[in-house]
Amino acid sequence: MTLDSILASVFPEGHAVVRDGGLVLGRGRSAGREIEVIGVADRTALGVDEAARLSNYVLEVIQRSARDPILVLVDSDSQRMSKRDELLGLNEFLAHLAKCLILADTLGHPTIGLVYGYTAAGAFIATALATRALVALPGAEPAVMDLPSMSRVTKLALDVLQEKSKTTPVFAPGLANLTQTGAVARTLDPDGSLAEQLSGLLADLSDTRDTRDRLGKERQGRPKAADIAERVYVLARASV
Amino acid sequence: MSASNSHLQVDSGLLSPSWYEASARQRVDGLLDAGSFDEFIGPAERETSPHLSLFNLPQQFDDGMIVGRGRLDGKTVFIAAQEGRFMGGSFGEVHGAKLTGLLRAARDLGSVPVLVLFDTGGVRLQEANAGELAIAEIMRAVIEARLAGVPVIGLIGGRAGCYGGGGLIAGCCSALAVSEQGRISVSGPEVIETNRGVEEFDSKDRALVWRTMGGKHRRLIGGADRFADDSLAGFRAAASALLAHVPPMQVETLVAEQRRLEQRLQQFGGSEDAIDIWRSLGISEPASIPGMAYDDFAELVASLKEVRHDAR
Amino acid sequence: MEHLNYRHIVQRRAAGTSKLAIVGVVASGNLEVLAERLLPDNECEVDINTAAEGFGEVWQAVVADFVERRASGGVRLSINDGGARPDMVALRLAQAVRALEGEQA
Repeated sequence: MTLDSILASVFPEGHAVVRDGGLVLGRGRSAGREIEVIGVADRTALGVDEAARLSNYVLEVIQRSARDPILVLVDSDSQRMSKRDELLGLNEFLAHLAKCLILADTLGHPTIGLVYGYTAAGAFIATALATRALVALPGAEPAVMDLPSMSRVTKLALDVLQEKSKTTPVFAPGLANLTQTGAVARTLDPDGSLAEQLSGLLADLSDTRDTRDRLGKERQGRPKAADIAERVYVLARASV
Repeated sequence: MSASNSHLQVDSGLLSPSWYEASARQRVDGLLDAGSFDEFIGPAERETSPHLSLFNLPQQFDDGMIVGRGRLDGKTVFIAAQEGRFMGGSFGEVHGAKLTGLLRAARDLGSVPVLVLFDTGGVRLQEANAGELAIAEIMRAVIEARLAGVPVIGLIGGRAGCYGGGGLIAGCCSALAVSEQGRISVSGPEVIETNRGVEEFDSKDRALVWRTMGGKHRRLIGGADRFADDSLAGFRAAASALLAHVPPMQVETLVAEQRRLEQRLQQFGGSEDAIDIWRSLGISEPASIPGMAYDDFAELVASLKEVRHDAR
Repeated sequence: MEHLNYRHIVQRRAAGTSKLAIVGVVASGNLEVLAERLLPDNECEVDINTAAEGFGEVWQAVVADFVERRASGGVRLSINDGGARPDMVALRLAQAVRALEGEQA
């Protein structure tokens, strides 16, 4: 789905969401409620400038009294890779964006990520993975790192990596793997009303706890994470 | 396993007290009050990576992450330390989950601060999706802990630096201490060079790496809150100092951070190099910064106005 | 990956009472050794995980030499090897037992 068709399906009665320099910002009415939107479009790399604009908008939403959900639309590249971005402290800008989203969620603005295109690495963490629930549309390509780059860094041949990726969902890119490991909760139906599907999702969102590790265990994508976290949790609590 | 039975062996080569040279276990041992450390899921439990054997890679019994409870100047703290020499200190499934569990416990207890000893190249590629998710879960857990009033202090000065997702977690902490040897960045030098060419970033130019990502620059630009001496004692002092003053996290904190970051963009967004930024900060001889000894640099930092903020 | 295991009957137990020690790091050319006091006083076991296959004889010799030189009865030594040379292995084995005995050189 294109961004425009996504917006039309989320906001069938129209919206005030604008696209500006690869960023998406605005609000609209969906299934009887106001929904705020931020996003990265057109496979734009997420650098310091972009992150600051998005986080600014999230803070504006937080500071209004209404407890509107925030929809985070994602078709990004990775973080922007440049001397300038690192010189200026990109890690702080990306962390700040994630913090704003997480804080918004704890303050009563349920955050839903919708990855419909590409996203990778630091951009993935600061946007889609900083939401309470992450869903996708078919064709989305979430990734940590593309296989050719992974091949270069690990010095393993590409075909070797491809072979290995058939036996485990734990490292290769793709919607199936990121779903099985617990990052993506579900894939939406592009032929159905996104407004209705999001409304249903919001109604189901009662648990404020992060249950992605449990989801990864249930789906056999991450066999140990949930149990290890739980064991450390119990030991730590008992230790004081 | 009780604390009194578990010996944290410090490698017999621990003659130099350098933080950079020390192992994760040596740092935990050197940071905390003697004999106070009680490890959770220690190496004897053998909770190793279920994924490394697919790549014929050796495991480490603690998967490169040590978590536990101890005392710092008599006060109880939780501690997490990454071993930067095992798989580059990278976040794998088990490695990350240990830190996630620790932070969630801290959140629900509300009374025990957390020290995170970063030494990481980021996500462990062989377990990329698990590592990336671990980082996202850790970030959420850090924020939840902070909102519950728990200080989460990051210490950065190891061989692997604090790269990738580690840099993002660091940016979520209440406060950070960094040494000259420390580096904080999202993309590493080699990755920038591979993607954008050597003109954009010469990864072999060590001086450039340190000017752009290194501890001194981070401290000067406000990316870290304290500059630590490269020693166990130095980081101990920095951790204690940072723990003494951690304001609660609230909306105002992030509003102030937004302002701080926007101001940085305004002031330095057009700067070519760190040298230009340092000059703009009012440092008369910016070229002398890299070679400046610890005491002189610490004094310089103290004399500059903007470098301590409660906007993180 | 290769898994090797050697058990020896030995004359002298490792001194001290502490139950657990660990030395080293799994990095290139390095190894970690976990020492656990849980065997009878006259037994020493060395359990090895290594990615470098086919060096069984070398390991066997290093281990045999170690148990002859060092009082290590009662101890199981578990190794994750990052491709260490024999002299590094010998060093770490000695450090592990020393740590268990409570000495810090």
